[in-house]
Amino acid sequence: MMKLKKKIPLIDQHDKSGFWGGKFGGNFIPETLKKPVEDLTNLFEKLRYDKKFLKQRDYYFKNYIGSPTSFIKLQNLSEHLKGAQIYAKMVSEANGGAHKIYNATVHCLIAKKAGKKYVVGDTGAGYAGKMLSMAAKKFGLKCKIFMGAKDIKRQKPNVDAMKKNGAEVVPVYSGSQTLVDAVSECMRYWVSNCDNTHMCVGSTVGPNIFVKICGWSTAQISRELKIQIQSELKKIPKKVKLINCVGGGSSAYGFWSEFMDYDKKQIELIGVEAGGPKNSKLHAAPLTNGAKLGILHGAAAYVCQNSEGQINDTASISAGLDYPGVSPIHCFLKDTKRARYTSATDEDALNAYKLVTKLEKINPSLEPCHAFAEAINIAPKLSKDTIIIVNSCGDAKKDRDILKARLGKIN
Amino acid sequence: MSLINLAFKKTKNEKRPALLTYTVAGDNSKKKSLDILISIANYADICEIGFPHNTPIADGGQIQSSAYRALKNGIKIKDVFSIVKDFKKSKQAKPVILMGYYNMIYQYGDNNFINICKKVGVDGLIVVDLPYPENKDFAKKCKKKDISFIQLVSPTTSPNRMKKIIRDSHDMVYYISMLSTTGGKLKVSPKKILERYNKIKNLNRNKNIVIGFGITEKTIASLRKADGLVVGSALCKEISKSIKKRQNPVTNVTNIVKRLRNKIA
Repeated sequence: MMKLKKKIPLIDQHDKSGFWGGKFGGNFIPETLKKPVEDLTNLFEKLRYDKKFLKQRDYYFKNYIGSPTSFIKLQNLSEHLKGAQIYAKMVSEANGGAHKIYNATVHCLIAKKAGKKYVVGDTGAGYAGKMLSMAAKKFGLKCKIFMGAKDIKRQKPNVDAMKKNGAEVVPVYSGSQTLVDAVSECMRYWVSNCDNTHMCVGSTVGPNIFVKICGWSTAQISRELKIQIQSELKKIPKKVKLINCVGGGSSAYGFWSEFMDYDKKQIELIGVEAGGPKNSKLHAAPLTNGAKLGILHGAAAYVCQNSEGQINDTASISAGLDYPGVSPIHCFLKDTKRARYTSATDEDALNAYKLVTKLEKINPSLEPCHAFAEAINIAPKLSKDTIIIVNSCGDAKKDRDILKARLGKIN
Repeated sequence: MSLINLAFKKTKNEKRPALLTYTVAGDNSKKKSLDILISIANYADICEIGFPHNTPIADGGQIQSSAYRALKNGIKIKDVFSIVKDFKKSKQAKPVILMGYYNMIYQYGDNNFINICKKVGVDGLIVVDLPYPENKDFAKKCKKKDISFIQLVSPTTSPNRMKKIIRDSHDMVYYISMLSTTGGKLKVSPKKILERYNKIKNLNRNKNIVIGFGITEKTIASLRKADGLVVGSALCKEISKSIKKRQNPVTNVTNIVKRLRNKIA
């Protein structure tokens, strides 16, 4: 039976071939990428135990990203829902407005160490791209971002930011013109340019090493949170629910990683996928809907696909969650039952946005609004001594056009 | 002797490289792709047939277009098999290599897929995203059914790894000429490509090593010292062009293959 190990970071609980639980992850890559992936793996394994590198990482996390991001109680929302006490980890305060900056910063630091002059990345909501372009500028790297043509239209503020940071934004017109195609195109670009270019995968997806680097980077979120809970609430409470949206799953992994070893009765991990438009068959929720194991972008994971193995179209109001696959790590967490996965529809997310922004002075993007939707859904049924913490991992500035179109006005 | 080995034996006797073509099954229709195959088989020594996937991570624009066209026409894996079967009815001795991405095989089931390949007459398999050593088990299963699993090697393959791959390879090894997706412009000099090619060849002179990626009517003659040369994107591009011009892709693609063959005769 599949089992989680204690006291070992989840990112390291894979076998020699790179599989978690014997079947999730791995390296399904073209031969040309074997060497660059191996080089990157060796470099990362060296750097992560290198004191000087860790000092550098911590320096930039603190002085560039602005760690720690705050941990706040949503008093009005809690009172309104009359159940569990609701808190938020305001990761959206990080430089750039979302958790993607952690992975982007670490990738740029690694690219520098590898002597690469160029860095390329994929983006859906545009946050991964925006952050990579920011970090690239900061560290003097030339940057190219691949983004689906449909996403370029719907996440314009982030596209503008990328361009302002000097990055070239390459529109991807193939397939569904969203994140899935952007990742494919980015990998294709890397196949052709891996001699001088570093690739950053924007989430805990892709070949094994990219899952690891991303998870290692976002783990900062739960390192901070653990300290903050202890200082705010004196100790880790008896009933905690950590709710996070899941697209690729990078913010959820980062939000949960320090709490893996706790019993799930004490700390429950709840992942919320994108259920897509209400009454639509399309969604981006492979875990919730029992999608079959398949291979996408170099890794084996549950993926929305047809019986032939063609990848399905997805739909979500939130570009950041609009992805047919999911991290192998979340597949592993699902099958070991350490985490529970559910989904929220576009409408649920919009309603959550309305309620949260009405009651609280925060402005979560549509991605974390999926997590807020689940919090709003379960909080009234829970006891007053239950603590819900939502990772508010993105800021809604990028969503202004969508929110305006769907809600008429924005806060 | 396998049909693939026989093909190389024949071309070696004729003192020329084998010409391998790549076209996508179902592009631009099931029937047309079969007609193209039957027609180009008069000039090609080995026919590679792509089974189209909608998330191809190593293919350039030309092959992507072919794959999307085929999928849009509703091509299914069973259609791919029936194309191979029909092709073999008229070109029994022509080796066929199926090429694609692993997820489609995985969904079908490794054994199931290989068994049907055997039944319809597939001689070899190339799986783009199932590299060595992850492909060892799958390669063994192929070998058991006398299907060649074709290993890929590239300019980034380390010497040590190269030795292992060549040692475990079957009838044919595919050398990727440069860092590129399929259909990229040849950005390395033919001299350099042949230098690297010879290094691989010297590891085991008995292995048939073909070169692919970036090979067109312009570049093919310069690489004629290789055991075999693969042309794919140039053919897919011609299909796109023919459709656009409302011309018959069968004639146009055949003409290219004929010219390619003349250039290495």
